[in-house]
Amino acid sequence: MSTTPRVEQDTPTVATAAIPEFCNAAGPGVSLLDEARDLVAHEHLLRSLVMRDLTVRYKRSVLGVLWTMLNPLLMMLIFTLVFSAFFRFEIKHFEVYFLSEYLPWIFFSQTTVNSMASMAWNGPLMKRVRIPKSIFALAATLSGIANLAISCIPLAIIMLIKGAPFSGAVVVLPLSFLILGVFTLGVSLTLSSLSVYFADIKETYQAAVFGLMYLAPIIYPMSIVPEKYLWLVRLNPLVHLMQIIRDPIYYGRLPTSQDLMISSIWAFVALISGWLMFRRLSTGFYAQL
Amino acid sequence: MLIRVRCYQAVKAIEFDSVTVRFPTTRIPFVKEWFVRKLRGTAAVETFAALSDVSLDIEHGECLGLIGFNGAGKSTLLRVAAGVITPSAGRAVVRGSVAPLIELGTGFDHELSGRENIFFNGALLGRSQRTMRARVDEIVEFSGLGQFIDLPLRTYSTGMVARLAFSIATAVDAAVVLLDEILAVGDASLRERCEERIRRFHKSGCTILLVSHDLASIEKLCDRAVFLEEGRIVALGKPPEVIRAYGERSGFHELRHDRSESLGISDSR
Repeated sequence: MSTTPRVEQDTPTVATAAIPEFCNAAGPGVSLLDEARDLVAHEHLLRSLVMRDLTVRYKRSVLGVLWTMLNPLLMMLIFTLVFSAFFRFEIKHFEVYFLSEYLPWIFFSQTTVNSMASMAWNGPLMKRVRIPKSIFALAATLSGIANLAISCIPLAIIMLIKGAPFSGAVVVLPLSFLILGVFTLGVSLTLSSLSVYFADIKETYQAAVFGLMYLAPIIYPMSIVPEKYLWLVRLNPLVHLMQIIRDPIYYGRLPTSQDLMISSIWAFVALISGWLMFRRLSTGFYAQL
Repeated sequence: MLIRVRCYQAVKAIEFDSVTVRFPTTRIPFVKEWFVRKLRGTAAVETFAALSDVSLDIEHGECLGLIGFNGAGKSTLLRVAAGVITPSAGRAVVRGSVAPLIELGTGFDHELSGRENIFFNGALLGRSQRTMRARVDEIVEFSGLGQFIDLPLRTYSTGMVARLAFSIATAVDAAVVLLDEILAVGDASLRERCEERIRRFHKSGCTILLVSHDLASIEKLCDRAVFLEEGRIVALGKPPEVIRAYGERSGFHELRHDRSESLGISDSR
């Protein structure tokens, strides 16, 4: 489906300039850039989708924030007890160490799952009105980012209580969130398009993502990983994507350029491959939804 | 609107260029199954053609009626014009902003009030809050819902939802209006209002594509009509002639018991 404006040869140019023209043709579909333009044109819809997500969650503002933080805080208490007290990891301010990667992890896993649910939920819409179908994955990512940013407030409070140092390096966080957001959007596009076709994708993925969490140094320090398994841990793109968030928050230092580079490459690859997959599968959504 | 449309009459408002739409008739619901089938080489999906090689041009300002039996492809053609179905082959070009009135009331959130739904629906159609704010009074007035407008949609009857949907869809400015079976819902007063609106659209220079089983309305409202059967155009011309062709075919059709035959144009992808 193409929405690219074309200029008709046998038409006065004045005429085609003012009329929005859209071409619905068989073929590979639009480019990522055209989709982005289409998304900008549907800015109002995007805004109301994100707002709907957020207002449902934060309807009673204080309770809303508490609710979002309930899972991470509970996990923090459990893991602090198990790993700090039982296993006796030598990690200073374990709570901060844990949350600085667990919060981005939750963002990633929740957003990808939400984007799949959103496709099923909004299926009837896509069958009646022409909208850029990637808008649902994008809306899920944007509201996820907003939640991640909001959950930094309780994190800061815990840091204050624990007496963990703050560093000016946190100014880099918006960039880190952006890179993580692009990566998450790419994965969401892949998963959400597959989930339209296959009913078992969501459950399989949820099980996989739960297991993957223990393969990343969220709870334990990287130093306990034996040398011969390091490559396996580093293979996980999220390890780098979370490192560029933990560095400024916990270690109070700027992320290394190597981590930034690897994260950006992963984000780019995920977005492009996600888009190609989404584009290929989206022409068949109508018959599947 | 009239003036703007006039300068473009050299170009067609809607062009269907040998449009073919295929739908899968089989489904592989699980990844596991897909992998197994892929390994066995049986992952190909059976399809049938809902539209086969349909070419049709619609002039600016024209009102075109689509008639045919159930499953003839009328709604599919409308959805190709709306851009929600991508053709399997060929293409459709639509010039001008589109108001798709396909199955009223979708895109409604039943927990939100009628008024809130007006804004959400506007956003769906790509209209800003500001544009909708300017229209909201007119929409409420036209819908005739009165104080119900501030109640959640779940308290509405089907007819009331239809009224609201129609009021919203017809209040947004559009050069191309796609109408599917709109005239079948609602009571006599809504029906009258609908016809009145369609006439007003027509007068203001909008291009209208109208699907209906109500032959009298087609004859009253349309400049031309198309009779579709089994995904192909059977007749095209002045409404009375096309309706006659449809009528003649209709007698024949009832004698032919095996409707499934029309879906039998199946071949694998």
